[in-house]
Amino acid sequence: MAHAYTPGVTVTARTRLVRERRLPLSGSVLVEEGSQVSAEQVVARTELPGNVQTVNVANILSLLPEDIGGALTKPIGSPLQKGEVFAMSSSFFGLFKSRCKSPVDGTLESASTITGQAILREPPIPVEVHAYLDGRVIERMEKEGVKVETEGSFIQGIFGIGGETWGEIKLLVSAGDEPLAVKSLDESCRDKILIGGSKVDSEFLTRAASLGVRGVVAGGIDDKDLRQFLGYDLGVAITGSEEKGISLIVTEGFGRMRMAEKTFSLLKSLEGKRASMSGATQIRAGVMRPEVIVAADGAGRSAGDTGSIFSASGLEVGGAIRVIREPHFGKLGKVVDLPSELRVLETEAKVRVLEVEFEDGSRATLPRANVEMIEG
Amino acid sequence: MSVPKPEDVTSILATDCGSTTTKAILIEKKGDEYRLIVRGEAPTTVEAPFEDVTKGVLNAVREVEELAGRKLLSGESILSKAEDGEGADIYISTSSAGGGLQMMVFGVVKAMTGESAQRAALGAGAIVMDVIASNDGRLPHEKIRRIRQLRPDMILLSGGIDGGTTAHVAELAELLSAADPKARLGAGYMLPVIYAGNVDARDIVSERLGEKTALVLTENIRPVLERENLQPARHRIHDLFMEHVMAHAPGYKKLMNWTPVPVMPTPAAVGKIIETIAREEGIQAIGVDIGGATTDVFSVFQTVFNRTVSANLGMSYSISNVLAEAGLENIMRWIPFRVEEKDLRNRIKNKMIRPTTIPQSLEELMIEQGIAREALRLAFEQHKSLAVGLKGVQQERTISDTFEQSSSGETLVDLRQLGMLVGSGGVLSHAPRRAQAAFMLIDGFLPECVTHLAVDSIFMMPQLGVLSEVHPKAATEVFKKDCLIHLGPCVAPIGAGKEGVECLQVRLEREEGAASEGKAAKAKGTTESLSLKFGQMAVLPLGVGERGRLVLNPSKGFDVGAGSGRSLETKVDGGVVGVVLDCRGRRPFQLPSNEGERVKKLSEWNAALNVYPERK
Repeated sequence: MAHAYTPGVTVTARTRLVRERRLPLSGSVLVEEGSQVSAEQVVARTELPGNVQTVNVANILSLLPEDIGGALTKPIGSPLQKGEVFAMSSSFFGLFKSRCKSPVDGTLESASTITGQAILREPPIPVEVHAYLDGRVIERMEKEGVKVETEGSFIQGIFGIGGETWGEIKLLVSAGDEPLAVKSLDESCRDKILIGGSKVDSEFLTRAASLGVRGVVAGGIDDKDLRQFLGYDLGVAITGSEEKGISLIVTEGFGRMRMAEKTFSLLKSLEGKRASMSGATQIRAGVMRPEVIVAADGAGRSAGDTGSIFSASGLEVGGAIRVIREPHFGKLGKVVDLPSELRVLETEAKVRVLEVEFEDGSRATLPRANVEMIEG
Repeated sequence: MSVPKPEDVTSILATDCGSTTTKAILIEKKGDEYRLIVRGEAPTTVEAPFEDVTKGVLNAVREVEELAGRKLLSGESILSKAEDGEGADIYISTSSAGGGLQMMVFGVVKAMTGESAQRAALGAGAIVMDVIASNDGRLPHEKIRRIRQLRPDMILLSGGIDGGTTAHVAELAELLSAADPKARLGAGYMLPVIYAGNVDARDIVSERLGEKTALVLTENIRPVLERENLQPARHRIHDLFMEHVMAHAPGYKKLMNWTPVPVMPTPAAVGKIIETIAREEGIQAIGVDIGGATTDVFSVFQTVFNRTVSANLGMSYSISNVLAEAGLENIMRWIPFRVEEKDLRNRIKNKMIRPTTIPQSLEELMIEQGIAREALRLAFEQHKSLAVGLKGVQQERTISDTFEQSSSGETLVDLRQLGMLVGSGGVLSHAPRRAQAAFMLIDGFLPECVTHLAVDSIFMMPQLGVLSEVHPKAATEVFKKDCLIHLGPCVAPIGAGKEGVECLQVRLEREEGAASEGKAAKAKGTTESLSLKFGQMAVLPLGVGERGRLVLNPSKGFDVGAGSGRSLETKVDGGVVGVVLDCRGRRPFQLPSNEGERVKKLSEWNAALNVYPERK
């Protein structure tokens, strides 16, 4: 998913996609190369070493650290249950006994004669990796994971929150410039990925999450609403681990923003289909954008035509662009000139520019850094 | 490959492999002095599809070759010796590609060995991901979870003074051993751990970590409570950076073979040049590099070098974090027009998600520069809290100290003594008007008394830093003549008063016959006087290369460095902006709280310094 930073996002009606599904530690891979998998299927599994608890045995038993070895009632490596005594000392000729109990279920890993502490390890934590996509396993990496391939529609957003999920696509608006309204939420939205138009707000997201909606895709969101929904101000755009019970993808940016017509119509054409979605975003070197992937019928078996709607390819006269910074943010237009010499902006900065003609016929000169190419 | 003698060096090729671009410079000896000849730039090629850093280096050097008309490459490698106008006598490089050097540090007491370890790692050019200390308030299992999560490149373990207790160090080593951390890059090698604590605990540490990690023992960073000894640990960090981290990064083995000098982490090299300049000039200096993701601050006060990195304060990737940390009000206070909160928040977030866009309108530029002021201020706050004297040191007090409530661990940063403030990074170096850079530095750092301001125009400090290791003369000459754009001195009296009261009388006597550039040349040999009221700002022209004598007469209650109400005479060097006179007050510096009044004052100051073009 990560690649060199390029402005712009991809929205493709049909393409071939490969996603690596890797375990954090080595473990067992559960599927064979060539097998068909569904998004929710577990493809690899491992166990992370359990958390560690320390118990200050010397303190509890009022012993010197070097003496705790003799006080252990269980050998190193013994399994322990919560509350089970593993070290004991007696004083006054055995009249008073002090006991050290395990605070957790686990194993007695070590006891230090310098610090007087015992280390207890909790049971391993199972970790499972899902296929994420409906597709075919094209590579099995022994003990590490698999690569899953599929063919289908691919829609990248500009920003998102929340991890991977999957569900059926459901449209809640009739046009890309219509905001998502709370009143349109009902029981039929449960387990769905909802598609909105220009804007989603905190109230909608909270209500959707409580209804069991899996994900929301919308054109924009006000930063104020994002902050309200998350409960904190997002500092750096490294997301994906939020646990809000719902994933969100914003396709255009912050504020009220009409979803680009082609993105909206592609999503509309996919209504009722099963989609995989991830809100994980990383905006830094090695950028990662959030995505919606809908496997085509029979995905993973045949190759088809691919066509890109948005791309970050080179600018050319006649090419369609979208403005991605104020003023004119969000406007669509056509490049009418690409002057090679640097031009002076209102800020007095000298930069490479382009001239654009907007849909309403008006023209403007813009820095090339502030537009992205649109194909088609 | 051996390092040539400084007197034999007539040409130097240096590169800095940054996370996005690789920059190459060519320095040649012209007559008696070293000067920058040309500079080239190419995208860094550490990541796929190239995965070989030398490709980017060769591309950048190729650009230098073309611009300088001098052959520097032989096929796919650098010509190592200059002969017949070809090649370079020495090739050196720095690197911050792949996210730089990421470390965790351990100490027994957070404010003592923990801080010393942090300073050692930061000074070596690392990003410190976390400081684990016996008394940091976290439970052992929380610390272990944290160590596992972070996957650093390297760990610095310290703790205890020599001959002190070993139990706490053993406890830290046990935690580390239980966590069994893995290195960030390359699953196949052991994580380098440097032990720089109580010498008596070396065996204990070796026993616990010797088999699980690539353990290296070095001198204690805090051998006694009263003294830090950071250099040996910093050297070990550099060695391990080369041996482990760099050796596992794509293409670095080849790069290391081209140069006789170790490849240095970029921030360490920047620190080196700031340190060299402060030492050679006998001044106290601060350098700041504000990037897209991070802001580094370097300082030399009382010959002590300190560096801090604010990992999440920056102007593109981290711009939204500046808002989160500074708060909206603090950003709004620098913007000289009314802006809606919702609008400002959305603008900042939109820059975060599309970090390569640039301000097109004047309003957007003013907003970005307002955010930069807060990023600089916050980074400097963090720096001041770490650049401190040693804590926990018992101080001898005499009867004269009875009423002075000084404690150990006070910041070393003394703005009254600051001689030079150097800024670098896109928002400062590429500001359309130099006065904007000067104003951002002034507002971000609030320099006091008389401070010379400069910017590094093309970010050459890393290469010059590593050069200062092998050829200090060449490094300082190029630094002063070609690297810096001198903005000029800033005069800011300490004190506060009522708006409009008499604050400062200034007389500037320009020296005769000084070399001069620009429009200020006309004024050579002239004298100019000015009287400023509290709350005013002004500029007196004094061009690049010009020198002048400043006679400052502050009113009662204001101090320009000689004491309250006392006159000061000082020689100053000019710059592209001139002599900036800032009578807005210090200790405290306050902006009007009323929005209308604040906007009016900001506009007035901007006009006085000719910071922005007139708004249409």
